[in-house]
Amino acid sequence: MQPNDLDRIARQIRLRDLQAVYEAGAGHIGGEMSAIDILTALYFQVLRIWPDQPKHPERDRFVLSKGHVALAFYVTLAKRGFFPEEEISTFLKPHSRLNGHPNCNKVPGVETNTGPLGHGLPVAVGMAKAAKLTGAGYHTYVLTGDGEMQEGSNWEAIASAAQFGLDNLTLIIDHNRFQQGAALSDTNNLAPFASKLAAFGWDVTEIDGNAMAEIVPALQHRAARPHCIVAHTNKGQGISFMQDRVEWHHKVPNAEQYKIAVSELSEVL
Amino acid sequence: MNAVSAPEKLHDCRDAFVAVLERLGAENTKVVAVCNDSVGSSKLGGFKSKWPERLVNVGIAEQNMVGVGAGLANGGLLPFVCGASCFLTGRSLEQIKADIAYSNANVKLVGISSGMAYGELGPTHHSIEDFAWMRVLPNLPVIAPCDSIETAAAVEWAAGYEGPVFLRLSRVGVPDLLQPGHAFEPGKANRLRDGDAVTLIANGTLTHRAMKAAGLLAARGIEARVLNMATVRPIDAESIVAAARETGAILTAEEHSVYGGLGSAVAEVVVAEAPVPMKILGVPGIFAPTGSAEFLLDEFGMSPEAMAKAAEDLLARKGSRA
Repeated sequence: MQPNDLDRIARQIRLRDLQAVYEAGAGHIGGEMSAIDILTALYFQVLRIWPDQPKHPERDRFVLSKGHVALAFYVTLAKRGFFPEEEISTFLKPHSRLNGHPNCNKVPGVETNTGPLGHGLPVAVGMAKAAKLTGAGYHTYVLTGDGEMQEGSNWEAIASAAQFGLDNLTLIIDHNRFQQGAALSDTNNLAPFASKLAAFGWDVTEIDGNAMAEIVPALQHRAARPHCIVAHTNKGQGISFMQDRVEWHHKVPNAEQYKIAVSELSEVL
Repeated sequence: MNAVSAPEKLHDCRDAFVAVLERLGAENTKVVAVCNDSVGSSKLGGFKSKWPERLVNVGIAEQNMVGVGAGLANGGLLPFVCGASCFLTGRSLEQIKADIAYSNANVKLVGISSGMAYGELGPTHHSIEDFAWMRVLPNLPVIAPCDSIETAAAVEWAAGYEGPVFLRLSRVGVPDLLQPGHAFEPGKANRLRDGDAVTLIANGTLTHRAMKAAGLLAARGIEARVLNMATVRPIDAESIVAAARETGAILTAEEHSVYGGLGSAVAEVVVAEAPVPMKILGVPGIFAPTGSAEFLLDEFGMSPEAMAKAAEDLLARKGSRA
């Protein structure tokens, strides 16, 4: 698949995500828009997966540690064939399996339950370590937010991944520079991430996390050490009035804003 | 009864745990041990020497330890995540909730040196909240074996059970009470002694004390039923209701806070199904003073004599209701 094709799929996912947020009246749209290019590259190009066999032992593992962008994950999984796309319309409705945070016992393709931050990376370390112990050939990917890196459990996991020599683990930090309440730099500024991860013994790549031509090769990159991709992204990517605006962490567009956003995302389809 | 009895033979239940773990490890290469620099205190030295690669030591990092355990299970392994119960349950409570219980990960959590086993090290190292913290979580059986026989049987059962389990072990020596070959049945109490005057319910390090209290009561003509209730969740409601109806009074004892543990779990059933006078013995909602586990249990009214006295007080309350 060419970067242009992936871009087209990412736009479709953005549009469906926007529509579902608007209809449900809730969601975390800013961080969803920043992460959708990465999710698209993973699910439509990079991951070795069998949507009809979501528990296939040799599947590559993906952990969405920033579980609050579950909707973008659901839209991606549905589009890839893990469950019917029509089910997206049940997002957040009573008894829907599409909860505000992903549930691995209900939604095919979800590996572990996330939501509280700082959980995905330790679990991903365990997955990668298991492959080392069993000789399985799968690769483990985990996507965290940049604000999420403030959780200390991540740094426990980063240290252990290096100690265990997990060259089958890729951490992607969605570095959109904003957390729920303010900019990362005004809160607890862990940036720059690259030097910190390198100091822990990781191989580090910095990319434009909204550019397919950079995302795909970075995800496919292998090294002798665990690999961290610092993905420089934009919160609200693709929708002009949301971009880099902290309030769009979980704001819901009104009718007029929705119309503008749909039109912007449709232009390039 | 002999006038001079032989000294009681005491067992450290960690030995029974690792004996079964090493046997399982030999039979099944998927069995792995995960620990937080606790190779010595979890007695994992033997496992490590046999299968060094299958001993996953994450260092002093309990949150990571529990998350790694969930990931190892996702990768098809059978992890036993071992650490001092105070740190395992307290430090990584949210990981246990989200990564293990809610995710229904096939991980066996083994809380070592639970209760006040660390004695003089003080309340930071006491784990007298773990029943309360663990039993509130769905999907997570909570088990505190009373002796080395039940420990071995419970570990064996946990390995074969598909889903998360919390095993609460001590390091304080206890005598064997159950019969060799005992098969562990989760959610089922063992009636160790029959009686109809009052029921003593205990688990872990308190079961043998309850048996001794029942002996003292028998010498005074009071026949107490003794239930060993290793499983705190799911609780054996049937045995509790039968005890309430048939004996009319229930005394519980545990190496745990009186809030939220075994006694609370029993009381939840008693209040709803068969109200009778009850007394809950445990740590009375304070940070314990300096002392060994054995000293502190006595201090908090759980010597066999004090337990017998508490049972007699209950009998008086039961009588006054008649």
